[in-house]
Amino acid sequence: MTDQTLKTTPLNAAHRALGARMVGFGGYDMPVQYEGVLAEHRWTREHAGLFDVSHMGQCKITGADATAQFERFVPGDYEVLKAGKQKYSLLLNTDGGIIDDLMAGRPDHDGLFVVVNAGNKDEDFAFWSANLEGDAKLTVLDDRALIAIQGPEAAEVMAAHEPVLAEMGFMECARLMLFGVDCYVSRSGYTGEDGYEISVPADQAERVWNTILEDARVKPIGLGARDSLRLEAGLPLHGHDIDPTTSPVEGALTFALSKSRKERADFAGADRILKELADAPARVRVGLIVKEGAPAREGAEIADADGNVIGKVTSGGPSPTLGKNIAMGFVPPAFAALGTELKVIVRGRSAAAEVVAMPFVAQRYYRKPKA
Amino acid sequence: MKFTKDHEWVSLDGDIATVGISKHAADALGDVVFVEVPEVGKTVAKGASFAVVESVKAASDVYAPVSGEVVEANDALSTAPETVNSAPEADGWFAKIKVSDASELDALMDQAAYDAFLATL
Repeated sequence: MTDQTLKTTPLNAAHRALGARMVGFGGYDMPVQYEGVLAEHRWTREHAGLFDVSHMGQCKITGADATAQFERFVPGDYEVLKAGKQKYSLLLNTDGGIIDDLMAGRPDHDGLFVVVNAGNKDEDFAFWSANLEGDAKLTVLDDRALIAIQGPEAAEVMAAHEPVLAEMGFMECARLMLFGVDCYVSRSGYTGEDGYEISVPADQAERVWNTILEDARVKPIGLGARDSLRLEAGLPLHGHDIDPTTSPVEGALTFALSKSRKERADFAGADRILKELADAPARVRVGLIVKEGAPAREGAEIADADGNVIGKVTSGGPSPTLGKNIAMGFVPPAFAALGTELKVIVRGRSAAAEVVAMPFVAQRYYRKPKA
Repeated sequence: MKFTKDHEWVSLDGDIATVGISKHAADALGDVVFVEVPEVGKTVAKGASFAVVESVKAASDVYAPVSGEVVEANDALSTAPETVNSAPEADGWFAKIKVSDASELDALMDQAAYDAFLATL
């Protein structure tokens, strides 16, 4: 049964044919799992997983003023971003809070190609429509699917189809004919593994999906494992770990603040963000290993060693790779040092936890050898 | 073996009820990664949460199918929670309850009635 209020991606029939269990996510009827979350998680870490992420928002921002206008609301330096590169960034409100996190790149010579979160895309697109000035123009690419392939065998799988993809490095992007159709592709993802995200015309998505799945190294992976994979990779999920009240400094995302932009202080919310950098934020996102008992999930309280509540878990669960329960959450900076002993409170019971570095599981992105 | 609409099962031997979650429930949960069984000696009331089962994605309450006192808990689930998936209606039992009112079982479904109930879901 399909919930009539949910939208579908161009791969909906393919998921059902594969026996996926479907759930509502971000307004879409999406596969949460095929054979099981743990098996899919492990398959992605060991081989290659194929994900339908067509629910995410894809758009282009074009025109002579595109980059300057886009930069007003993000803290990254896109003026210096070369063709063929992409960069992670944050769409900021005037209070320096994170409206959304996104990937924006230059796959071709026609402005920026931007991918945003499913649950925020309508709001993001409305924001840009209302706020982009001059001749900067937003074009929503709602006639495209987005397919991700992730895992240590992803590059070999894709090179067998399109050898040119092997030449891309992490965070490089391109507009190419792949599988005979016009695609945007980037070497990036949301699992901590090497891999690609490929934007495909909607009417070609099922053919491309099935073609990639023919390789025995590839299995379809649902949103359940996508979440446990990104958690292990230490990557925040907007609407859970970060939201419009969270600043990039609180969110431990200061790598997204370009030096030149900090010097110019010319982006939305710069006052708050620069002040937090100079002083300290009220709270900061940390990684936790929960050393005993049940997984600590979103909403669980975090306490100091004396039991005083100091923060909350924003994501958490079992790490299939580590065999431990991991979590991320917010605590005051005084409790954020690696090795700090804390407690998490799950169903009224206090369990020992320790602040650890993220990612929990080492990222394995493909960096091109220096020429 | 009898079943509740919340997908717990109960098997009565004398006045001791062994309880767990049905195969349907285990399949629906997916990979079980953590089980919190009740402490021995705890008094449970029919319909009240008495255990927690966690998949990768979420924690779910398990409701007592009968009232009584917990006389044994399946501690093996703490190190092998996946038993709930592999043998939900056998080795994956959660607890044994000394029932205070065996007539509570009369309102529960037998296998045929439970299968018919599942067919309506």
